[in-house]
Amino acid sequence: MMSTNNLPLGKKILETFDIRKSFGDLEVLKGLSLEVTEGKTMVIVGPSGSGKSTLIRCFNLLETINAGKILFEGRPISGADKNAWKIRLEIGMVFQNFELFGHLTVLENIILAPTVVKGIEKGEATEKAMELLKKVQIPEKASSFPDELSGGQQQRVAIARSLAMEPKLMLYDEPTSALDPEMIKEVLDVIQKLSQEGMTSVVVTHEMGFARKVADRMVFMDHGKVIENTTSNKFFGGEVSDRAKAFLEKILSH
Amino acid sequence: MGPLSLTIEYILSDTFFNGAKMTLLLTIVSVFFGIVVGLIIAIMQEIQNKYLDYIVVVYLWFFRGTPVLFQIIFIYNVLPSFGIYLSSFASGVLALSLNEGAYIAEIMRAGIQSVAKGQRTAATALAMKEWQVMRYVVVPQALRVIIPPIGNQFIGMLKLSALVSVVAVEELLLVANQAASSNFRYLEALMAAGVYYLLFTTVFMYIQGHIEFWAKGGRLRARRDKEVKAEIAIERTEVR
Repeated sequence: MMSTNNLPLGKKILETFDIRKSFGDLEVLKGLSLEVTEGKTMVIVGPSGSGKSTLIRCFNLLETINAGKILFEGRPISGADKNAWKIRLEIGMVFQNFELFGHLTVLENIILAPTVVKGIEKGEATEKAMELLKKVQIPEKASSFPDELSGGQQQRVAIARSLAMEPKLMLYDEPTSALDPEMIKEVLDVIQKLSQEGMTSVVVTHEMGFARKVADRMVFMDHGKVIENTTSNKFFGGEVSDRAKAFLEKILSH
Repeated sequence: MGPLSLTIEYILSDTFFNGAKMTLLLTIVSVFFGIVVGLIIAIMQEIQNKYLDYIVVVYLWFFRGTPVLFQIIFIYNVLPSFGIYLSSFASGVLALSLNEGAYIAEIMRAGIQSVAKGQRTAATALAMKEWQVMRYVVVPQALRVIIPPIGNQFIGMLKLSALVSVVAVEELLLVANQAASSNFRYLEALMAAGVYYLLFTTVFMYIQGHIEFWAKGGRLRARRDKEVKAEIAIERTEVR
């Protein structure tokens, strides 16, 4: 379902050119150029405050860049305009704190956007939602409310909710940072499965073991800049700058 | 006539019954317009326009900074000198609504702000437009925070409405006072009025209890559990 791939192999789905972003006097992104390849998974790592989350929030126009250019499927996109929602139709996003809608059941959470945004009929949306819940392995929770679920279950529902919009690109913003250790794996397994099925993904994470397994491309950011942009093999094989090495040592040593 | 039988006679009399109706009417109409005013003020605050902000600040300053009794007397007695003639009922409702609006605006603002920013972000990321985010995600959740305190406002307003007796609206307290001043039997007259007040507040509290249950998601969960049970029952029959 997710691997429908009409585009030539290696097609760039998203490209950024020298993008900059400031919050007041604080420059968070200092000229980044990256490209996300169709069907591949990019993992972005780096110390906190390095601008990782801000970067991927620029991808779906939740943040507006101050300079540079972003292309989605070759078309330039810019934030804060009335058509931003059309870009977001194509890009799913999963947040650190899940952000399921508390007043709706799991099923209602998943079918809300397909029905109100895309105008899909409720029965059809429900059928699709149940399929997705099976995929993330909690179909039995369809009529539960978010506060009745564990963090790991909530995050899997959040993934299903994004997938229900049939995005071409999935963004994961530290999807396991708010989870208890025993729940991290169940979420990462789902992300990995999707990635292996060919879902184009960008994952911001601190989970290095997971990064090693899923990443086609490893990006290391620090102070609003891309320090490393390399293959997973090279990154974990030690062919990296001293700065990335120091970061890896710090994060892997505990 | 003994105190108890006179009290009962008062309670059942048309005069007291009409007074009670007037009190209830004042309460409901004033809270209703209070909600309208509060909504307008809350929207004016959300828009964040400098001039609208000034208007809101002056409004809040006046209505929160002076006694309600002062406001009622002011509207009834001062507006006519500007050519605005209102009945005593209309003056009372106007004063109570404008006063109420100041508090309801605050309740609404708190309700909207109680919906975490991340919820809006998540809805936006799902390609919802601004109005869809409000309609489907923010407002339903804000209402759960807004509605229970509005139940309190009803109870507060019921008691506040007695102040309108000062501009001769024939509500419960004025009726009781008039009855008592004709025969000096204050105990019976006030007991009769008190019974009506307590009856109304009890009913309001009962309704509010139900609303709070709803606001905590109780109704949703109850509905859901019923549906699940029905589904299980259907599945069982199908298996047979």
